[in-house]
Amino acid sequence: MPVLARWIEAAGIPTVVVTMMPDLASALFNPRTVGVEFPFGHPFGMPGDTAMQGRVLGEALNVLAGADRFGTRIDIDIEWPVPRKEAYKAWQPPEPSPITQWWIERNMLER
Amino acid sequence: MKIDSYRFLPRSFRPIYENPTPDGTDPVWAPFEKRLGSSRIALLTSSGMYIEESQESFDLDRERAEPTWGDPSFRVIPKPLDRIGLAHLHISHDDILADPNIALPIDRLVDAEERRVIGEVAPRHYSVMGFQGASLEGWREIAAPGIIDLLHEDEVDGLILAPV
Repeated sequence: MPVLARWIEAAGIPTVVVTMMPDLASALFNPRTVGVEFPFGHPFGMPGDTAMQGRVLGEALNVLAGADRFGTRIDIDIEWPVPRKEAYKAWQPPEPSPITQWWIERNMLER
Repeated sequence: MKIDSYRFLPRSFRPIYENPTPDGTDPVWAPFEKRLGSSRIALLTSSGMYIEESQESFDLDRERAEPTWGDPSFRVIPKPLDRIGLAHLHISHDDILADPNIALPIDRLVDAEERRVIGEVAPRHYSVMGFQGASLEGWREIAAPGIIDLLHEDEVDGLILAPV
């Protein structure tokens, strides 16, 4: 997604990426990044939690409009309200994705 | 503070994400020139969201047959949000179907417009399917130019992208 952000930014439109993996966004030279320590599939937070969603969106808007330099990264201090083990399981698809399956068959994943 | 980018990632996936190859390293930068309170804002999700009644799903059959390929097309998601479908084989769909705002927070953006934090919500938002496999050429040729044209057409002042 940072790659899309870079192309869109190069076309003259300011962007911000809200992501669970801000380290990756920075490594890909993303212009503006907001990091959230949430399980995958949940960049704006918990379903039904409008306050949490609004806070993440508000931070994204602040960084979008207020960042003054390339590579700005702000991480949001919200702890995920579900225990890690449970949340780790819950975000995953019902069966491994095709590429995961492909990697497993070729022994390409570290154990 | 700095969050842990790997907290919810399976450990075996970590090496895949730790040393990525950037597409470019130059500091691309479009200054945000308007006041936020008078700007038009759009959203983009990578959740493979589409409008169930009027749009085709992303092509998951081909991805199943060809695991290093991901559908590079995009969908325009109008405001307000109709009944959505999700086409993404890499995450659980349950929570986004229960509340699409966790991936594409159109309702929260409307709240921001009502509170005059932003000028207005753009008329069109965007969805891609985030898994692109071995190549970014499809996005470079299809999704990016298509989305950029529509953003210009709608005179959007800023875009919030959220990978899932």
